[in-house]
Amino acid sequence: MEQEKVTVTVNGLRYERLVEPRRLLCDFIRQDLGLSGTHVGCEHGVCGMCTVLVNGQTARSCLMFAVQADGASITTVEGVGTPSKMHPLQQAFWEKHGLQCGFCTPAMLVTALELLNHNPTPSRDEIREAISSNLCRCTGYQTIVDSVEHAATLMRGGV
Amino acid sequence: MKPAPFSYVRPMTVEEALFALAQQGDEAKVLAGGQSLIAMMNLRLLKPRCLVDINRVAALDYIRQDNGTLAIGALTRQSAAETSPLVLQHCPLMTEAIQYIAHRPIRNRGTVGGNLAHADPTSELPAVAVATDATFVVRSANGQRTILAADFFVGHLTTALRPDELLTEVRVPPWRPAGQGWSFMEVSPRKGDYALVGVAATLQVKDGACQAARLVYNGVAGRAQRVPEAERALVGRHADEAAFREAASIASQRVDPHSDFHATAAYRRDLVNTLTRRALAQALARCGKRSA
Repeated sequence: MEQEKVTVTVNGLRYERLVEPRRLLCDFIRQDLGLSGTHVGCEHGVCGMCTVLVNGQTARSCLMFAVQADGASITTVEGVGTPSKMHPLQQAFWEKHGLQCGFCTPAMLVTALELLNHNPTPSRDEIREAISSNLCRCTGYQTIVDSVEHAATLMRGGV
Repeated sequence: MKPAPFSYVRPMTVEEALFALAQQGDEAKVLAGGQSLIAMMNLRLLKPRCLVDINRVAALDYIRQDNGTLAIGALTRQSAAETSPLVLQHCPLMTEAIQYIAHRPIRNRGTVGGNLAHADPTSELPAVAVATDATFVVRSANGQRTILAADFFVGHLTTALRPDELLTEVRVPPWRPAGQGWSFMEVSPRKGDYALVGVAATLQVKDGACQAARLVYNGVAGRAQRVPEAERALVGRHADEAAFREAASIASQRVDPHSDFHATAAYRRDLVNTLTRRALAQALARCGKRSA
C-alpha cells in the first residue's frame, strides 16, 4: 500500500511517520502517536468529540486525513495541561462539575480554548454558541457553560 | 467507518491541479475543506480512486474586490469569509448566511468553493449565490469558462462542473446599499444542523415602493430554488406587511418540498411562509443601511 511521509508537531513535539493517505487524523493521533485523549465518536463530523486545534484553530480530526496535517502544529487535550499543572479551563471544569462521564471533555476543552483565545469575556450565549459543535449526553451543558464562564474569570486573574 | 483506499495527489498550483484532474478524469475527486467529502468517504457513500488535495494551492485563497465586484477564491475558508470586512461590505447576505453553516470547527476547514461545488440543496451558500446573481469561474486544462449560479446548480449534489474542471472563483456583482435590504433566515432542528428551510432575500425600495426583490430558498427542492412569482408580486407594491404576506403566501404555494424524518412537506411549506414574511420585514428595516 502506498504510504506518505507526514511530519507534524503535536503539543510541541515533532513526529515523523509513514501513513496511508486514507489514515484519518484522529486515528493517527490516537493509534500512531499513542495520544488517546482525543476521542472518536461518530466518525462523520457530527458529534465533535475528535476536535483538536490545527494551527490554533478547531478542526474535526475525523474530517481530515493525517497526510493533510503535514507541516501543521496540532494541540490535543494532552497539550492543554497536566494533572499536576492544570490549565485554568481544566481547573474550572473540575470545580464547576463540567464533566460526568468525561467522553466529551477533551473536545469541550479545546473548543473552549479557541473561544477564550478570541474572546476573553464571552457571554453565556457566546459560550453556548461555541460549544454547540460538541455533543454531551450527561451534563445538559449547564455545568459546561458554568465551567467556561468560570475559566474566563480565572484566566483574567480572578477567583 | 474508515474510508476506502485511494491515491493522493497534492498539487501546489492551479495548473498542477488541473493537470491531475485531466489525468484522472472522473476517478478523482477534488479535496478542499473535506467537511462533506470525508464524511461521505468515512460512511463509504463515496469511494473515489484518487483525491486531488487543493489545500496547498495558496493562489485560490483570497477575497478581493474589483470595481465593486466581490471575488472570492474557491479555497477561502468559510470562517475567513464570515469575518471578512470586504464580504460584509459587498455581500452582507453572505456574511449572515455563513453563520448558519454547521459550527465553527467545520467553518474553519470548510471552503466557500467546496460548499458550492458540493451543491447540497439544504446548504446556505448556493441560495446566496443564486440570490445575488453570482458567477462561477471554472477552469480545466483546456481553458476557462464562467457559469451563472442559476445554471451551475443542476440538482441534488449535482452541478454543471465537468470531472476535469475546478471551480476557482466566485464573483458577486456589485451591491448598491442605497435602498437595498437583505436578510438570510433559516430554521433547523438544532443549531448547526441541516436546514429544514432557509431563505435568502433581497429587497430594493424607493419612495416606499418595492422596485425589485429576490427570494431564494434552500431545503425545499433538489437545489437552491428561486420563486419569481413571489418576487413579482412585490414589484410596484408599497413595501409593507400586507405585501410581504401575499408574497410569502405565493412562495409557500409554489415550492414543492419533501417530507422526511425531520419535517413534513406541510411544515416546510409553513416555514417558507413564515420565514419569507420575517426576512422581507428585516430586509425592509435594513434598506439603505450598509450593514446590520
